[in-house]
Amino acid sequence: MADVPNNAPQHCPGTTSDQAGQTSACQGCPNQNICASGATKAPDPAIEEIKVKLATVKHKILVLSGKGGVGKSTFSAHLAHALASDETKEVALLDVDICGPSIPKMMGLEGEQVHQSGSGWSPVYVEDNLAVMSIGFLLSSPDDAVIWRGPKKNGMIKQFLRDVDWGELDFLIVDTPPGTSDEHLSIVQYLGEARIDGAVIITTPQEVSLQDVRKEIGFCQKVKLPIIGVVENMSGFVCPKCKNTSQIFPPTTGGAERMCEELNLPLLGKVPLDPRIGRSCDEGKSFLSEVPDSPAAIAYGNIVQRIKDYCASHVSISGDNSD
Amino acid sequence: MDHFDWVIISKGGRSTVSGYLNGSCVEVTHENAEENFMKSTLSAWRKIAVCNLLINRTGLSQVRRVILVLSGKGGVGKSTITTELALAFLHAGKKVGILDVDLCGPSIPRMLRVCRPDVHQCDSGWVPVYADAQQNLALMSIGFLLEHPDEAVVWRGPKKTALIGQFVSDVAWGELDILLVDTPPGTSDEHLAVLENLRKHRVDGAVLVTTPQAVSTGDVRREITFCKKLGVRILGLIENMSGFVCPHCSECSNIFSKGGGEELAKLTGSEFLGSVPLDPQLTQSLEEGTDFLQAFPESATFSSINTIANTLLSRIQDD
Repeated sequence: MADVPNNAPQHCPGTTSDQAGQTSACQGCPNQNICASGATKAPDPAIEEIKVKLATVKHKILVLSGKGGVGKSTFSAHLAHALASDETKEVALLDVDICGPSIPKMMGLEGEQVHQSGSGWSPVYVEDNLAVMSIGFLLSSPDDAVIWRGPKKNGMIKQFLRDVDWGELDFLIVDTPPGTSDEHLSIVQYLGEARIDGAVIITTPQEVSLQDVRKEIGFCQKVKLPIIGVVENMSGFVCPKCKNTSQIFPPTTGGAERMCEELNLPLLGKVPLDPRIGRSCDEGKSFLSEVPDSPAAIAYGNIVQRIKDYCASHVSISGDNSD
Repeated sequence: MDHFDWVIISKGGRSTVSGYLNGSCVEVTHENAEENFMKSTLSAWRKIAVCNLLINRTGLSQVRRVILVLSGKGGVGKSTITTELALAFLHAGKKVGILDVDLCGPSIPRMLRVCRPDVHQCDSGWVPVYADAQQNLALMSIGFLLEHPDEAVVWRGPKKTALIGQFVSDVAWGELDILLVDTPPGTSDEHLAVLENLRKHRVDGAVLVTTPQAVSTGDVRREITFCKKLGVRILGLIENMSGFVCPHCSECSNIFSKGGGEELAKLTGSEFLGSVPLDPQLTQSLEEGTDFLQAFPESATFSSINTIANTLLSRIQDD
């Protein structure tokens, strides 16, 4: 009963239910006529608009995790960098973390502002073929807090998808906040008609994180979102001095590997902890081009390749269907 | 009654809980509600007894101090810090409560090894679950109400706000010295709802948790603005995951950089409470749900958590 307004009368059947506007509880409610007319049950017209707007985007990838701070934004940023290293591909990165946007900092775009053009908001470009959009570009100071409740966040996400001039894109990567709430429901709902290739799920090895990630996988299944695979981040730390590996976040229950086996999901790879990753993110540089031969960069390379392969096979399937 | 998902047995008056439950509900009004509840053969997860919630709303009246644990960033260790602070206060002889309002990812039950208890209601509300035999550490988490631990709570804001409202005011905490409130990351529905409802009683202040790197302190700056806008006193800032000492060669690596928390505290004029190092022993104890403070009293992590707990205790006792 998520669609019952706060100020609705008791026993309101919900604005999208079949009985909306018709039950005895609706008598005297100021919105009875709107509910009864069926307007509240129709799908949001924005979904169709978004489908048209994003028809020129070939692949849409969501980066998800139930747990915070596992490296969703770090992964999204590096996936974008890696995909954009092929100059023939157009890549865009959309940050829908409304309350904690990290992407501007990681892409070295802090303080940038969004410009308005005839065809909508222009995203900020890191390179000619790498566009970025985040609520961070709409804030005037790094101290600004976005204290918004759900519906307002949904409106913002709708605007990001409908009103941003993305142009022709090969890849649209969407970085999300932790959890399974408004932002996630909205992005899946708004992109429902435009089709999402799939979600990449990020986790860290310890059970406290995996238990939240299992929920996220449950969420994907509930909303019928295909899962490209799971990435285990912060997987072991190699001491730069003695080269011994320590499990800072110990995989007490077998880590992502066991979880993937149990849930029958592909494990795309494991990325070790490397202080240089965090430093590159703080400085807004790409770790992949800073230290290309480090084990973490190689792990990233393999994961990105698997995602590319997935998308390539995906396009041929959907192409067949449309013929 | 068997074909309903939930059966609510209420003692006079109409309850509001049905709005928060997924699935079909039937509400039975009966004078002997508690008795019916105990006798009923329905599984414990399918029934809720609501007994005169409005009359005996004593939930927070005997709670002396309320501290929020906040962070704009996820995964920085809010739940870890909450758990360790609670244990430190407990060892200092206090009666402590933890309220876990992270609906989408409740971690505290696992960290304290109280995984699948039955939650009961008494005349004055939900009875919290005790993590120790002496009943000095009380815990209430949304995790307790989930039928399946892997089940995702896919709720939009208004529904979360409604449940938190119920949650905050309807837990029968009894007498507590300190109530710690663990929150999800961000500055959104849950935070506003918790504050709105706790305000009716009291909020002594907030502890902010960050990790050292700039990506994290950036989000915590926003959380500081949130506190200032809503008039919540900031008791101080804790830097977590600050440096990792290699167990093999004792070399300290700053995996997520260092000093960011202290810098942020200076910049925003908040007190810096201390830093907690990255410690695999700590992560391990949290995974197993054992008391880290008892297991490793010699570690550097122990002394920093203890110092922070003592500073906090003296700060809130000054008032």
